[in-house]
Amino acid sequence: MTVMEQRGAYRPTPPPAWQPRTDPAPLLPDALPYRVLGTEAAAQADPDLLRRLYAELVRGRRYNTQATALTKQGRLAVYPSSTGQEACEVAAALVLEEQDWLFPSYRDTLAAVARGLDPVEALTLLRGDWHTGYDPREHRIAPLSTPLATQLPHAVGLAHAARLKGDDVVALALVGDGGTSEGDFHEALNFAAVWQAPVVFLVQNNGFAISVPLAKQTAAPSLAHKAVGYGMPGRLVDGNDAVAVHQVLGEAIAHARAGGGPTLVEAVTYRIDAHTNADDATRYRGDAEVETWRAHDPIVLLERELNDRGLLDDEGVREVREDAETMAADLRERMNQDPVLDPMDLFAHVYAQPTPQLLEQEAQLRAELDAEADGPHHHGPEGVGR
Amino acid sequence: MTTVALKPATMAQALGRALRDAMAEDPAVHVMGEDVGTLGGVFRVTDGLAKEFGEDRCTDTPLAEAGILGTAVGMAMYGLRPVVEMQFDAFAYPAFEQLISHVARMRNRTRGAMPLPITIRVPYGGGIGGVEHHSDSSEAYYMATPGLHVVTPATVADAYGLLRASIASDDPVVFLEPKRLYWSKDSWNPDEPSVVEPIGRAVVRRPGRSATLITYGPSVPVCLEAAEAARAEGWDLEVVDLRSLVPFDDETVAASVRRTGRAVVVHESGGFGGPGGEIAARVTERCFHHLEAPVLRVAGFDIPYPPPMLERHHLPGVDRILDAVGRLQWEAES
Repeated sequence: MTVMEQRGAYRPTPPPAWQPRTDPAPLLPDALPYRVLGTEAAAQADPDLLRRLYAELVRGRRYNTQATALTKQGRLAVYPSSTGQEACEVAAALVLEEQDWLFPSYRDTLAAVARGLDPVEALTLLRGDWHTGYDPREHRIAPLSTPLATQLPHAVGLAHAARLKGDDVVALALVGDGGTSEGDFHEALNFAAVWQAPVVFLVQNNGFAISVPLAKQTAAPSLAHKAVGYGMPGRLVDGNDAVAVHQVLGEAIAHARAGGGPTLVEAVTYRIDAHTNADDATRYRGDAEVETWRAHDPIVLLERELNDRGLLDDEGVREVREDAETMAADLRERMNQDPVLDPMDLFAHVYAQPTPQLLEQEAQLRAELDAEADGPHHHGPEGVGR
Repeated sequence: MTTVALKPATMAQALGRALRDAMAEDPAVHVMGEDVGTLGGVFRVTDGLAKEFGEDRCTDTPLAEAGILGTAVGMAMYGLRPVVEMQFDAFAYPAFEQLISHVARMRNRTRGAMPLPITIRVPYGGGIGGVEHHSDSSEAYYMATPGLHVVTPATVADAYGLLRASIASDDPVVFLEPKRLYWSKDSWNPDEPSVVEPIGRAVVRRPGRSATLITYGPSVPVCLEAAEAARAEGWDLEVVDLRSLVPFDDETVAASVRRTGRAVVVHESGGFGGPGGEIAARVTERCFHHLEAPVLRVAGFDIPYPPPMLERHHLPGVDRILDAVGRLQWEAES
């Protein structure tokens, strides 16, 4: 009889000093993603919150389509769209208090915009005129992180520092399903749990890491289950149900704020667009799958609830759409202006005081620019070798 | 005139004192790393800090270097001034992504809005009989990363002064500690310690007229020993201790080579793609018409760091340095 077979009756004497640690049962996520919309719980949802979420979702969708259009016009170098994921993006922004911090990945410009950041500043990285277009401390939005999951330990450290200072600050860190395979995801969750840092991790499981589906990414029962190994609660939520995501994140943040430590939230959603405008999604997935998810669109789900409860009329829809169009028109107009570039900025912020070596290189570039302005010129001393 | 009480101190003690003074002066300074708390660090540099300042200020972290540096980034974003200990040179590699993609770039990425005042202490180099992965000279990797300062002390006084300056710096500093010098003793007055500022100035450790040995960290005492031995051969060698690899003190180095006309760069790090190539190029670019011979390098071999029973063949020693000095085309002088 193997150990596995006799497990039921198997009661060994524990090794010296061994103590049972955390009971894993309360940390386990629900078997099915938590839903509010389309369930009885929806009736309890605050009408103002529903209307606000709806307005932001419509605005967010318009932001995504506008930014994608800007890539086609050459005004953005690249845009990783969050179309289909707006419920996660919007809920993440709305659930935070003023003093809280958001740690976005490169796909989360919408969350930053929904938090109040100027879209032009949010898109600076993707336009390519600088790396971060805003002061992170002013908005409490960390720079968009392109290296996957590397922003997660930053969120943990910031939350930890805030707690050490006695400040009421929670950090919300965003990551995708692919990012959960990175070492930094593991290290961040481990540090967060050990330190009981006031941080919440939101995994937007959108089905794909560029082309690689979740099945090739993990063998875990769900990404939310990973929380249990670190000793923190895992929550599984329908990522296209804005009300459910808002509620689950809100509870996790309240828990962190009260000193309860971190939570891992997995929101199950879908990346409707390709990875970026440079990607071709037809190489790795079929239209039928995309169509299934279009039917489960976050705006459609919320609109249905609003209509059922009589919270939205045609006039309301028109107002929301007009607001989104105004935002898009403003974004279009401002992004159609060429950014003002100063090549000398390349040297201005590498160090507080430029090194002697950088001062030399700065002088070199300045001389090259001056020479360029003077038109074609000879290289080297006059008359030598010519 | 009062006599200052000079007491012998080790480099490890001076480093510990620098941490303690910085923590006492500025509550934003936090020390974190593996075994830095209760144990006081495997080299005992952080001995007593957890007891004096509490475990929130001197923290035993989980064993994960990317996590240590990554969380330090977040702490610095919130206004703290973390001093991170990487336990050994080769154990710092898991933190490279955080170092290169975030620590080195954050000031630039945010147009100066969010500098990261993080000091990353890395014990480095060989000569202590360490087994595999305990003796790397990793400075070339750090030097190749814009946005970092890279400093390394060779004396007890500089260990204190450079570490204080590094912690006070608003930019990230990779602070390389030559581990075979941890137990080196020097007369040092711990009650009148001085900060070495600004970061980026080399110092002439031994003036000489025949040739310049350009070196840093663990190779400085070796070069001083070589310079003494060289007297028997009739050479009067100057020894320049760089102290800082980034920024690099072109001025002091070039001034020395212009005086002597000959130069050898000495370091433990491998020669190919190592710091010596950069230094030799910089010297040649600035001193070409003063040079009597090509700038030579005495470096570790381009091999994975040897097992301890063979490391003496790898490390630059007095004879190898003097052999190089002997190849500096002295024929023309006679």
